[in-house]
Amino acid sequence: MQMKKLTTLACAAAFATLSGAASAQISGNTVKIAVLTDMSGTYSDVAGPGAVLATQMAIDDFIAEAKPAFKVEMVSADHQNKADIASNRARQWFERDGVDTVTELVTTSTALAVMKIAKEMDRVALMSGPASTPITNEQCNDRTVHYTYDTYSLANGTAKAVTQQGGKNWFFLTADYAFGQSLEKDSSAVVVANGGKVLGSVRHPFPASDFSSFLLQAQASGAQIIGLANAGADTTNAIKQAAEFGITPKQQLAGLLMFISDVHSLGLQNAQTMYLTTGFYWDFDDGTRAWSKRFFDKHKKMPTMVQAGQYSSVLHYLRAVNAVGSDDAGKVMEQMKKTPINDFFAKNGRIREDGRMVHDMYLAQVKTPEESKGPWDYYHIRATIPAEEAFLPLSESVCPLVKK
Amino acid sequence: MEIFGVPSALLGSQLLVGLINGSFYAILSLGLAIIFGLLNIINFAHGAQYMMGAFVAWIALTKFGVNYWVALFLSPIIIGALGVVIERTMLRKLYKLDHLYGLLLTFGLALIFEGLFRDQYGISGQSYPVPELLQGGVNLGFMFLPIYRGWVVVAALTVCFGTWFVIEKTKLGAYLRAGTENPQIVQALGINVPLLITFTYGFGVALAAFAGVLAAPVYQVNPLMGANLIIVVFAVVVIGGMGSIMGSILTGLGLGLIEGLTRVFYPEASAVVVFVIMVIVLLVRPAGLFGKAA
Repeated sequence: MQMKKLTTLACAAAFATLSGAASAQISGNTVKIAVLTDMSGTYSDVAGPGAVLATQMAIDDFIAEAKPAFKVEMVSADHQNKADIASNRARQWFERDGVDTVTELVTTSTALAVMKIAKEMDRVALMSGPASTPITNEQCNDRTVHYTYDTYSLANGTAKAVTQQGGKNWFFLTADYAFGQSLEKDSSAVVVANGGKVLGSVRHPFPASDFSSFLLQAQASGAQIIGLANAGADTTNAIKQAAEFGITPKQQLAGLLMFISDVHSLGLQNAQTMYLTTGFYWDFDDGTRAWSKRFFDKHKKMPTMVQAGQYSSVLHYLRAVNAVGSDDAGKVMEQMKKTPINDFFAKNGRIREDGRMVHDMYLAQVKTPEESKGPWDYYHIRATIPAEEAFLPLSESVCPLVKK
Repeated sequence: MEIFGVPSALLGSQLLVGLINGSFYAILSLGLAIIFGLLNIINFAHGAQYMMGAFVAWIALTKFGVNYWVALFLSPIIIGALGVVIERTMLRKLYKLDHLYGLLLTFGLALIFEGLFRDQYGISGQSYPVPELLQGGVNLGFMFLPIYRGWVVVAALTVCFGTWFVIEKTKLGAYLRAGTENPQIVQALGINVPLLITFTYGFGVALAAFAGVLAAPVYQVNPLMGANLIIVVFAVVVIGGMGSIMGSILTGLGLGLIEGLTRVFYPEASAVVVFVIMVIVLLVRPAGLFGKAA
């Protein structure tokens, strides 16, 4: 019996050495990238099929540029914004299908579930879509990159700019779940830090369609600024109805999480003059225009920041794999963190030790219908928020990976 | 002046807003009640048909330049006709079976319709402008009432009570009610009951589409707009009493008001309050407030 145990142990050790040796190369000579996203639900316009397309574009561009000796494959699936579906799929991909990295992961709950599995299986989780800060703070790990944006950077951008421009009294319209509450909390802190005051808030059920009751309460508060701590259809419905009830333009709205797809759906008539923070705008410079035009030709819609960030993150990952000549998660992560990111998407980008990719963010103001030259000409970029100021400072981080 | 710590002006405006939402509930639950009354079908596609009503109006406006007033008639006719096709080709085969089959079929249809529109138009939704004649609002002293919302209440109540009148007070309505009670005998008396049933389903569906057009300028026109609403409307029908015409209208309005008040006193509960009432009603009066015990 004792003998048998020993043999097993020896075998295991031998295997471990073997697999250790193998990991210096690329397993199966194929890098497999999985896109796990919301293909049909609330966030499918923000990420969804557009994110899958962006991934394919990144793979094609990488192969054309690096002519690698290994193959690159993509798989994708719909997680339906459910953490259990996301976990099962990720586990199956890692265990059975040899997937090297699971990417995108819009909706925080799916992201938090999958990043734990990736860590356990020693693979990489590359996140573009989810918004919540715990991903790189309380729950951070060393196999996760949070790429495009988070609630801190949004609150910091929009709430700060609006408060500094004289919008001192705020009232929040908050979606009554973890994301909305965290957005309200982050934004309130920024408002107060910049000399403003929060007069109150109302929590609406998620999702809701009629906002008139909540808007009337916001109106009665007399606040100058109504902060919308919600997302997607909740935000667009609230904006539309605020105009209907004559609340705007007497009181101003501040959308704390808005994508260009939301502005497109609302129309400029409803969204005009609102401030928002974004990590990417297609009409920013020649680089963004060139890439976005390619994307538009295939997708018939301009990219959201999540889709553009998805392209950039996948390309950064593939270049790192190519540089170290291995798909070993630890080595690739080290290489990715070591290499600064400057492409059409990210300016002054780098991945910090907590996994947060910091890059310049932009404060945008929605154009009026008269100022816009046509479809998708929606934003004035009013300010650039430098990478080092846009995200939660490491000094305030509670992530154990941050050495203090 | 304050009532329970809430300024009376705010309370007044919330009641009015509640009435507006109540009119949507009323017109949707009325359609469901009519369909259930005569067909014994729990029409789960009602929300999708409401959504399609709004989309037809939006497509008519943006692609063909058809204005709101025309769409208000056109859209219910188109979607009602689609309802007739569904009844003739599918629902008809299920009447002899349990309620559950009709529910499952219409639920499947709802998912298919929503999926098709989502695939075509995405999830973010489209904006439908308020028609020119109804833009702006009036200051009522305690609130600013958008004229369009006032119109919604007037239009919805007119259609609701018109329907009630036709069913309860006219000869056609008498046939309908008789068909509900005993289809065999009515058929024996020379009335074409299958045609009556087809017509009723088409009309119930048209009511949903009419509500959809009314809703288009208020909400974003989005493929899931009906999915969010339909569950509440089902609760309304259950509270009012399955198959009761006046019951569904009054319950719709009443629950709109109660929901409005909840949004002032405890907004977090406003999505749940209708269901709490439903549970209480089911325990105390299982047939519903206006329903007759079987």
